[in-house]
Amino acid sequence: MSIDLSQFHQVFFEESFEGLDTMESGLLELDIADIDDEIINTIFRAAHSIKGGSATFGFNVVAEFTHVIETLLDEVRAGTRSINQEEVDLFLQSVDCLRDLLQGLQNKEEVDEAQASELRTQFEIILGSESVDAVDQKTSSETNTGWLIKFKPESHILRTGNEPLRMFWQLEALGKVRITSITDEMPSFAGMNVELCYFSWEIEVTGDNISKESITEVFEWIEDEAEIVLTSLGNDSIEQDSPKSEAIDTEASKQETLKAAVPKIETQAPIKEDKKAKPAARNAKEFGSIRVDIDKIDTMINMVGELVITQSMLGQIGEEFTFDKLGKLQEGLQDLERNVAILHESVMRIRMLPISFTLSRFPRMVRDMSRQLDKKIELVLKGENTELDKTVMEKIGDPLVHLLRNSLDHGIELPELRRKAGKPETGTINLEAFHQGGNVVIEISDDGAGLNKEKIRAKAIENGVISENEALTQDQINDLIFQPGFSTAEVVTDVSGRGVGMDVVRRNIQSLGGTVSVKSEPGVGSTFTITLPLTLAILDGQLVRVGKEIYIFPLVSIVESLSADANQVNKVVGANDVLKLRDEFIPIIPLYETFGIEPDSRHLKDSLIVVVESEKMKVGLMVDELLAQQQVVIKSLESNYQSVGGISGATILGDGTISLILDIPGVVKLAEKYLNYAGVAA
Amino acid sequence: MSAIEAELDQDWVENTDKAVDPEQFLTFIMNDEEYGVDILIVKEIKIWESATSIPRSPAHVRGVINLRGTIVPIIDLRQCFGMPAIEYGPLTVILVLQVSSEKGDREIGIVVDEVSDVHTLEAGQLSPNPEIGSGSKIQCIRGLVSVGEKMVILLDMDELLTQDDFSGISEVKEALLGATNDSNT
Repeated sequence: MSIDLSQFHQVFFEESFEGLDTMESGLLELDIADIDDEIINTIFRAAHSIKGGSATFGFNVVAEFTHVIETLLDEVRAGTRSINQEEVDLFLQSVDCLRDLLQGLQNKEEVDEAQASELRTQFEIILGSESVDAVDQKTSSETNTGWLIKFKPESHILRTGNEPLRMFWQLEALGKVRITSITDEMPSFAGMNVELCYFSWEIEVTGDNISKESITEVFEWIEDEAEIVLTSLGNDSIEQDSPKSEAIDTEASKQETLKAAVPKIETQAPIKEDKKAKPAARNAKEFGSIRVDIDKIDTMINMVGELVITQSMLGQIGEEFTFDKLGKLQEGLQDLERNVAILHESVMRIRMLPISFTLSRFPRMVRDMSRQLDKKIELVLKGENTELDKTVMEKIGDPLVHLLRNSLDHGIELPELRRKAGKPETGTINLEAFHQGGNVVIEISDDGAGLNKEKIRAKAIENGVISENEALTQDQINDLIFQPGFSTAEVVTDVSGRGVGMDVVRRNIQSLGGTVSVKSEPGVGSTFTITLPLTLAILDGQLVRVGKEIYIFPLVSIVESLSADANQVNKVVGANDVLKLRDEFIPIIPLYETFGIEPDSRHLKDSLIVVVESEKMKVGLMVDELLAQQQVVIKSLESNYQSVGGISGATILGDGTISLILDIPGVVKLAEKYLNYAGVAA
Repeated sequence: MSAIEAELDQDWVENTDKAVDPEQFLTFIMNDEEYGVDILIVKEIKIWESATSIPRSPAHVRGVINLRGTIVPIIDLRQCFGMPAIEYGPLTVILVLQVSSEKGDREIGIVVDEVSDVHTLEAGQLSPNPEIGSGSKIQCIRGLVSVGEKMVILLDMDELLTQDDFSGISEVKEALLGATNDSNT
């Protein structure tokens, strides 16, 4: 019986994380005033399977911790206990804690049990203070001469694969066992169902040093399906006679735990800090595998089948080819093309996941934060089933969090202010995702105060981003918030306002090949719109030629292309040429010089200028010729070579040759290096 | 166990030893010198085709080619070893090698003058790699093997090609000159 359990670990972890998500969303849905049994049951089931799994795999920390949670849940489920907001919070904290524990175990790191044991004590206090059943949970390790166990399983116990006899054997291992069967409920022979259990038992276990835990452990798997009463044989008189002393005990232990908690409180802050730092690493490891809908796989298998048929047909034509079969050949090739296209699409779809994977954590965040900020906020999610490439999804999480935090902190006003402004006290944040063309659009809109145009303007002037008498449209002003070092929050809060935010958001989204913009109306609210490519594997590209080389510009970064007149170009001493385009001065970077290749022409008048958006400015790249626009499949250069400055990847063109895809900010950096190019001239 | 059986057993042991031990290597010519690489890392031998050059890359990196959908960088070994460049002719080939490093396996193509032969490396045939001035050994040379009259320099491609920017290469330049001088004397 030596099965290597570790092979199932991955599945266990994945299921547990799913279970935790279920618990979390269940807890958030939970209405304290009117508890929905179905939700409690869902949460309970999730906790139960995590407990069972972790016990099986020997993750005792997790198992023990979940057990306490489960006990409390069970009481709520049975209706013997109502639940209050603090307890829901405690549950949510424990979900986080469990997630950390499991994460630690999964990565085979040392797990930090401090938080778990602290939460556990809190649970135990709750359990102990109000419920007598909690004696079960007290980690009493007092020893005595034996135990009397009343064991009455529910009649369907055998159907769930539990065999009481095995438990008796296990008890036998602990000490001397005397079992009395109680057959009171035995029906007449005719009324008996072979699959049901009608017995109950009274078991006396006697021996030295039998701890309560060791006995409850035997019944661990079926304690929900059986009535189990434990009575101590040795010093039962003391325990039963003085329930008050018990209560005092718990009182005392509460105090102790409080004492124990004091040094822990100090360490709490850094723990939270840690958490903020963690998610990046966490996400990277979390999605090691991917769950794919069976219908996606079926479509693919069907297509592969078609492909094989087409291939054999083409093979047949090829074997004895005569010219009158040309039509058939062309037909076959068309089939092939279509099949490959469909197959391509369905393979791509495998990587597509519904965006709810990312969005699902937001309700929790909004809930926690709105409480922290004393605001009333409702988050409405729409279009959670919009599908998005896995890689894009992993990277969009943090920017979204940031934007959401921003709306929470700056956007939505405090309840009193809202009332004064004639708005409902509860603010609403809409998070909507939808497809638009080849893109996914995510919109975050709030009905808060909107951006303060004057404040932004003043701040921009103060920071020297704009000059004092510069005339800007509303949208241009709004756009300023994406500049580095820009935060108009009067007080830097824990939530936002460190001024590193929005420019990072924009940069992250741009690195995904997307864009972000903001629309805002004072007093009505702001809307952030993120546009993302469906996948990172395919890019809309503009092919350009420089000398013999063909490069690809990402289409999103191109502002416009033009052939420049001599009078539009100014020479700047000691720097590069500058193109005057309408009101802007745009530095010109000759691509041939940057890359050290031989062009057709070194003169501006024979060349074309592609104006592109780089990180913080526009630049004009000088090329020889514009070729076609097409979608290209991105291939990594790094997998076999290394990263190359100015190049983000490569693709294979229709004729089989390789063409390099430009990384615009990288090109600008290269230019700075090789052309002594000194930044923005304007 | 009878004596015959024991003998057979012995034979078998010897045979398996032989089957495991001898290593085959592919040799190629560059600048009239013969070099060898472990044959198991050679994925493919291709006729030279023009590569897409990578801007601002070191001179010995010829560019990248498309090998059935994979982007494979091409290294000119002549340039690496500081030998005079030649026109690529019909015999010029690309050896596509699979090298392994900490970062995982990589496919890298090297351009050589022509492919020569396959040899089996007998035990004890490999003489230790030469020492340069300071006495430190060059990591990218596994050793020298004499095959008949010839001397073959056995290269360790894992070492040579997996460092970023192929920095192992510059170190080998002068060392190799020393090594070839050794083999001539």
